[in-house]
Amino acid sequence: MIEIKNLTKSFGDNLIWKDVSLTIEEGETLAVIGKSGSGKSVLMKHLNVLLYPDSGTVTIDGVGVFEMRYARLRKLRQRFGVLFQGAALFDSISAYENVAFPLRYFTDLKDDKINERVMESLKLVHLDDIGQKSPAELSGGMRKRIGLARAIVLKPDYLLYDEPTSGLDPETSDEINDLIINMADTLDITSIVITHDMHSVLRVADKVAFLDEQKLSWFGTLEEMKNSDHKALNSFIRASEYSI
Amino acid sequence: MQLFVDVGRYCRLIYEAIRSSTEFGMYWKNLIIEMVKTGFDSLPIIILAGFFTGAVMTIQTSYQLVAGFIPPATIGSIVSQSLLIELAAVISALVLAGRVGARIATELGTMAVSEQIDALESMGFNSVTFLVMPRVLAGVFMFPVIYVAAVVAGMSGGLLGGILTGAVPVADFMLGARQVFSPADVSFGIIKSFVFGYIITSISCYKGYFATGGAEGVGQATTQAAVLSCIYILVADFILAFVLL
Repeated sequence: MIEIKNLTKSFGDNLIWKDVSLTIEEGETLAVIGKSGSGKSVLMKHLNVLLYPDSGTVTIDGVGVFEMRYARLRKLRQRFGVLFQGAALFDSISAYENVAFPLRYFTDLKDDKINERVMESLKLVHLDDIGQKSPAELSGGMRKRIGLARAIVLKPDYLLYDEPTSGLDPETSDEINDLIINMADTLDITSIVITHDMHSVLRVADKVAFLDEQKLSWFGTLEEMKNSDHKALNSFIRASEYSI
Repeated sequence: MQLFVDVGRYCRLIYEAIRSSTEFGMYWKNLIIEMVKTGFDSLPIIILAGFFTGAVMTIQTSYQLVAGFIPPATIGSIVSQSLLIELAAVISALVLAGRVGARIATELGTMAVSEQIDALESMGFNSVTFLVMPRVLAGVFMFPVIYVAAVVAGMSGGLLGGILTGAVPVADFMLGARQVFSPADVSFGIIKSFVFGYIITSISCYKGYFATGGAEGVGQATTQAAVLSCIYILVADFILAFVLL
């Protein structure tokens, strides 16, 4: 379980948000929504401690993450898989090697076992025929899927998705949404999805956190969101040209 | 104020690289790749630069030493000693500040702005160990090799320059070089090349690692890496000459 308590973050004089508190239960999928610049990705980067807050705590299974020494923090980070907005594939190696990359450094597996695990991950994202293509040869959707295969190859407990459907056509977006649901179901993973794509939220989320006006403006289940009379939240949903 | 921020972040980056240097298993593959890119791949341009520097130096020295009572071997002495204690190391470093420094800053800068460094960290890698350490070590290890190549190329160029212009025969050139040869000069040149290798790679790693702002940010980081490397090479050259000679 991830518990965020009174988290406040600013960059210089620019306050991003303050006193953000929420809980993410095991196995659930939380969607964090909000306008561009509302600090959704910044919040995500606090979970695996790529950023430190001004104040507040994040605990994972009761252990505070910001107090951890770097060596322990690196172990903790291996419990997270992250799909970055642009997939963040290493462009100097092939798509296959991108997926194999964490296995080569963090496990003692032999090549045949590594191949097995890589193919298993690639199958889950329906790209088991990717071969030795370089990331530059892949479409946006394929890059995201390879990024997802790399994120799950170490069998993490948590999956963080940063704008998984941004820049993709509706059909490919739906494929990614299916994958997010599939990952949560088949791998029993806790997922945090950063997005402003309401279609995606309605497909994948169990709970929704809405960041607005430099705070956590609304937090609840998907059903509660559908029936909410929260003005800013409804306005955001309407602006997404999506009716519930 | 920005200067203090830069110095602080640079020191922290280097401290982190040194602190994590025991994790050899994490970076030995990258170290070999970087040694090839920094050392082996730089040899053609270094040999070219060294060769022409030696040739031009011989021709110009013979032009300046017009007095008949100065023996031709003096040209060999001047050219060889200048190459050993100054020109081979400094010219190699200035050439490689552009070639190696710009490459490193661009590579790391692109990785930084496309979240590849964040991706490494989020997988549990120490990105400094993985990216910075092998590049700086490759610079420190390979620049002395490059220096030796530049000296050999410079001497060859000097010999050829002497033959082509008729200013100094081979035997006289070599005699002059042998007369002034001192192992201390070689040591001085090697110390210089160590320092220059460290300056170029560490500054370029710093500029690339902390690059922000997309393609423009990477461009700025690359330019700053090359320019700052050149400036600090000249400053370090002065300090080393002052202290060691």
